Amino acid sequence: MHEDLNWAIGGEAGDGIDSTGKIFARALARSGRHVFTSKDFASRIRGGYTAYKLRTSVDEVQSVVDRLDILIALTERTVEENLDELHDDSVIIYDGEQAGMSNFEAPEGMTGLSVPLSDLAEEAGGAIMRNVVALGAVCEVAGFDVEFLDEALEKRFGDKGSSIVENNKKAARLGAEFVAEEFEETFPYDLETTDNDYLLLNGDEAIGLGAIAGGCRFYAGYPITPATNVMEYLVGRIEKFGGHVVQAEDELAAVNMALGGARAGARSMTATSGPGIDLMSEAFGLVAQSETPLVIANVMRSGPSTGMPTKQEQGDLNMMLYGGHGEIPRFVITPTTIADTFHKTVEAFNLAEKYQIPVYLSIDLAMAVTEQTVDPDEFDIDAIEIDRGNFVREDEVEQWQDDQGRFQPHLPTEDGISPRTVPGTEGGIHMSTGLEHNELGRRTEDVDDRVEQVDKRERKVETAREREDFSPREFGDPDADTLVIGWGSTEGAMIEALDFLAEDDISVRYLSVPYIYPRPDLTEAVQEAETVIVAEANATGQFADIVEHDVLERVDRINKYTGVRFKADELAEEIKDILSEPSEVIA
Amino acid sequence: MSTDVNFTEFKSDEQPTWCPGCGDFGTMNGIMRALANKGTPPKDTFVAAGIGCSGKIGTYMRAYALHGVHGRALPVATGVKLANPDLEVIAAGGDGDGYSIGTNHFIHAVRRNVNVTYVVMDNRIYGLTKGQASPTSHEDFETGTTPEGPKQPPVNPLALALAAGGTFIAQSFSSDARRHVEILEQAMEHDGFSLVNTFSPCVTFNDVDTYDYYKDAIVDLADDEDFDRTDYDQAKEKILDRDAEYIGVLYEDEDRPSYAQAHDVSGDMSRLDETPPDGVKDLVDEFY
Repeated sequence: MHEDLNWAIGGEAGDGIDSTGKIFARALARSGRHVFTSKDFASRIRGGYTAYKLRTSVDEVQSVVDRLDILIALTERTVEENLDELHDDSVIIYDGEQAGMSNFEAPEGMTGLSVPLSDLAEEAGGAIMRNVVALGAVCEVAGFDVEFLDEALEKRFGDKGSSIVENNKKAARLGAEFVAEEFEETFPYDLETTDNDYLLLNGDEAIGLGAIAGGCRFYAGYPITPATNVMEYLVGRIEKFGGHVVQAEDELAAVNMALGGARAGARSMTATSGPGIDLMSEAFGLVAQSETPLVIANVMRSGPSTGMPTKQEQGDLNMMLYGGHGEIPRFVITPTTIADTFHKTVEAFNLAEKYQIPVYLSIDLAMAVTEQTVDPDEFDIDAIEIDRGNFVREDEVEQWQDDQGRFQPHLPTEDGISPRTVPGTEGGIHMSTGLEHNELGRRTEDVDDRVEQVDKRERKVETAREREDFSPREFGDPDADTLVIGWGSTEGAMIEALDFLAEDDISVRYLSVPYIYPRPDLTEAVQEAETVIVAEANATGQFADIVEHDVLERVDRINKYTGVRFKADELAEEIKDILSEPSEVIA
Repeated sequence: MSTDVNFTEFKSDEQPTWCPGCGDFGTMNGIMRALANKGTPPKDTFVAAGIGCSGKIGTYMRAYALHGVHGRALPVATGVKLANPDLEVIAAGGDGDGYSIGTNHFIHAVRRNVNVTYVVMDNRIYGLTKGQASPTSHEDFETGTTPEGPKQPPVNPLALALAAGGTFIAQSFSSDARRHVEILEQAMEHDGFSLVNTFSPCVTFNDVDTYDYYKDAIVDLADDEDFDRTDYDQAKEKILDRDAEYIGVLYEDEDRPSYAQAHDVSGDMSRLDETPPDGVKDLVDEFY
């Protein structure tokens, strides 16, 4: 009996793969099981192979593994694509009456169940429900009560009317009954359920939810995979809180609109992916130079150029850190889990306003499109505080004026943080500019003003280092000789890799870094360890370079740039490989 | 209309670096007068501008202002206006800003119909980079970068605006102060996106489109009793007629709802509590 179950539905884009996957994922989450999903999709609307994969367990699951137990194959290619992960206990559900599948036979050793998906769906009320029939069949195979699907079906189809919901429930039952009656096999799966009830959401949704909770009221964006879901989440929801979403004509407009919203005093955000960040670089400098609080979410995909838009990569670190001409302070935050993404989004807005600085909030495609179960306790809305920083109201404005009664929006204070007023505030009138300016915001090329303002802006970063906690998240054995460092979405896979390593008595200290700039000082941790490995989903080791730069020591690297996220077992193997090699001296 | 705002309140203590005689002085003074006539105080005014001579306007006016990057004044103005509809938002730019680098934003701002007044200081040349052809320069206008002229027809900004669904399309002349202010006031009163293309002569680099040229060439539509600015066909005819330099409101569509009306955007988004509102918990519940 397997402790966790790996399931997938695959077919052509447009086959309802995603929707079916979500229904099953939600049903599992409501039954008190943890779920972790992943998607294979291509950059096209219809056609081409696409799959929704899901791993479920009563224990927390934070990664995918190389195993597939039950597969709904709507096309033969689905089986071919997943052959490596299928095994002797795998069950493949397909419709032998469907065109193209009539000659299909399950690979040697595996169980193939031909279920007349379309016919049974017709019987339930319409062929469109064939995927739901297949889900019913899956329930029977997995030892999972088909009734658990009901609530998820209600949620999915509720707005289409009760008869549609009832038809879908019937379709699921027909699928389950067919398997029970027609096949004599006993399946090695029996999904345990618990009384827990988990939230199920993906990284993009966590950004959207965090944004609203964190007081974001104005969003301007331009659609781009895989960031668009942030905008789609906000539309229809942010309005209930007095906010608004604009679909801009391009990324340059999006970031400038968001800048405008921020200057009017609204917590503002835009979200995009790498190519969009390139286009926003011009305005990014203006945001920083004018000290405008703005959150820019970069949902990374595989680059460069248009690269592999539907594939995973952590390749934009250098761009977020160093992008833009001239030298400008910015914060770069890279949440490590879905719950962390929610909290870091709220924090991004607070940091943006407290330090009047642009904040890059970055997750990657893998986390953006992954639905994962999380404990509802991790989404404690009551614990959220909104800190608007030195946001000066009319009755406080006088103390920030010069002797001629002019407001000083760039006053070089001790901590580098100046007062901020928004339009409508009497006595706070000022202009802002991307030009170098004096404390009034007026253009200057004066040597002293220049140095004073550059220092002032940089001083905000020092102040943040003193006032904020930019610690890494720590896992594993704190005294281990081996230190693994990662950032962003690597965390889940790495935490599970720790278990794999423990099976071989390898103990590892693992630091997961959610703050790239300002960032934690890793010097001591690196110096204490015998072997230091930085694992990241890019080819050149952008964060490894940073670590080496900071601590003046060479580190080992694990780099994956296939477009596919880290898997726990392969990560463990890579670490073992490094540990088994005699350490090389790098000239 | 309140009348207790004096236009001198809009004057910054900065000394303009525009060349003596520059049309931008008149363009800016008109904006200040129109705002004062409307009774909008400086604290409720936001001026968004781009780069170039026109971009300096926010420096010389006393108002909340952003001097941004080239061509992007309109997105900034859009963001400001949507985040706080109580503000009077003026976007200002030049012909290069609006009809070259920022054309995409221009077309879409017109389509979007956000209640912003867009004043383009059209001098038909690039002034601050010292005299290159602009998108509104004449076909045979000789400059350092176009020694034989651009050899392309100039952009017709009013036609672009009309084609994009513009609801207020006007043209003015910066040195005809009375008409310029009148037109600007009407633009500000219009609930929707208003384009005021303002002839704003460059006395240093453009010796073709001069004050004298405009004085002869201008036809004021206010003098044409038969002209009905709400008549699309009449507007089209005037806008496409490039033999005359029309001033006045060439087209106004009062029926099309503004962006804020169409999308029901009304509140000032700058106000926030220290904790998220109760409704956020319902958002969490959606994920069960």
